[in-house]
Amino acid sequence: MDIFDLIGPIMVGPSSSHTAGAVRIGLVGRRLLGEDPVQAQLLLHGSFAATGRGHGTDRALVAGLLGLAPDDGRIPDSFQLAGEQGLSFCFGTVSLRSAHPNSVQLTLDGKSGRRLQMTAASIGGGRIQVRELDGMPLCFSAEQPTLIVKNEDQPGSVADVSRVLARLGINIATFQVNRNSRGGEAVMVIECDAPILEQTAEHIRRIPGILDAVSIKAV
Amino acid sequence: MAVFDSVTELLAYCGNTSLPLWEAVMRCSARESGISAEESWEKMRGRLLVMEQADASYEPALRSRSGLSGGDAEKMQRQFQSGGSISGDFIGQILSSALRMSECNACMRRIVAAPTAGSCGVIPAVLLPYARRFQTGEDELVKALYVAAGFGSVIASRASISGAEAGCQAEVGSASAMAAAALVYLHGGREEQMANAAAIALKNMMGLVCDPVAGLVEVPCVKRNAAGAMNALTAAELALAGIESRIPPDEVIDAMQAVGEMMPAALRETGEGGIAASPTAIKFRQDFFGA
Ligand code: SF4
Repeated sequence: MDIFDLIGPIMVGPSSSHTAGAVRIGLVGRRLLGEDPVQAQLLLHGSFAATGRGHGTDRALVAGLLGLAPDDGRIPDSFQLAGEQGLSFCFGTVSLRSAHPNSVQLTLDGKSGRRLQMTAASIGGGRIQVRELDGMPLCFSAEQPTLIVKNEDQPGSVADVSRVLARLGINIATFQVNRNSRGGEAVMVIECDAPILEQTAEHIRRIPGILDAVSIKAV
Repeated sequence: MAVFDSVTELLAYCGNTSLPLWEAVMRCSARESGISAEESWEKMRGRLLVMEQADASYEPALRSRSGLSGGDAEKMQRQFQSGGSISGDFIGQILSSALRMSECNACMRRIVAAPTAGSCGVIPAVLLPYARRFQTGEDELVKALYVAAGFGSVIASRASISGAEAGCQAEVGSASAMAAAALVYLHGGREEQMANAAAIALKNMMGLVCDPVAGLVEVPCVKRNAAGAMNALTAAELALAGIESRIPPDEVIDAMQAVGEMMPAALRETGEGGIAASPTAIKFRQDFFGA
């Protein structure tokens, strides 16, 4: 364990899983949406639903959606900040099948009309996992720069994407392919060692058969 | 991927390199994470500053969302300042500092997890009053944090620092062991004495369960930080007097892990056992959460 995880992290309390992790989930949602969210529906599951209110999980999630970091002193005031920044939100509870106890399902609408649905879990010590994206099961931590690529499920897509990344000199740490059981669409999750530029995502979006590509910074 | 997997190894490394323990921890961990010693130092210094800020930013009127926490540090402060406490000014300061930081955490203030948010009050509660009493400079306090981190990293590597995994002995217990070693360092103790202090502190907290009322990091956590800080002081005093832990530190850490593994889930942060299962706690949970 890194010594700065022993004296640290610096965070807004009270709980690394229910507060700091929740902020990071919100942040990842915002980054994946790729623009300012104007509307958010947040459905809490398990322990998030049961004790989230006492831990400020609700405020933490909204803070993340607004782009605040887990050590931002404004987290407790995030509801008010949301009003000032034009984000409306509503909370509910949900019972997700075989999900981690600290899970939340987010539906976000961005200012230009982009929509994103994501389920993520806070798995302890402030670490998180995104478990589902727009109905597609997957798993990533957002601790490294990550590229999410949606494609038509056809042969060659994985090779095409890897080729572009190799050509741009990007070192891949992990590469996952997730297929929607209903067929038709697949999602690649590519974790890299170095930051991924927006141009790289742009390159990948131009590959035939690729439906979308979003790169996010490590959160 | 810990820097040191055992206290034995940590002490041997210091012996072989003639580096003081804080510096061994700083250099090895910086190398491991690919940053320079200077960057590491600045980062650790930043942690100290946030501890000091949090301590200074405390507001007696602040209450947690649940209403279970807030205001106690102020009561403790008034008690010793008015001369009414049993053990006097220094101990009074330690107790109120521990409560202050833990209440800041419960009330959504910015804190430094050390090693966790729930146990964030222990280390600053011994360092800050010590520095005031002995006029310790900032550099020494940063070094003390490296000492604390060094022992914490061995505990994390051999055992756990998570209440959900091994109970509160792993959170407040580990914090207390880290704080004890840091105090021995500040008071001029030798490396072996730091290790003995950490072992003694951990032994005194062995078996402590994690039982937060309604699952919130408030009761018994806030007051337990005060106990963890006092336990650190106890262990440091014993070690500085030359008293040794009869059981070597690594074996104590392993025993703590074994105890953690024996603990039923109800006593590991689920809020289902211990104090969380008391009738009053259950009633509180029902009233607050309606479940
Ligand atoms: S009781 Fe549990 S939640 Fe509270 S400080 Fe101890 S380990 Fe952390």
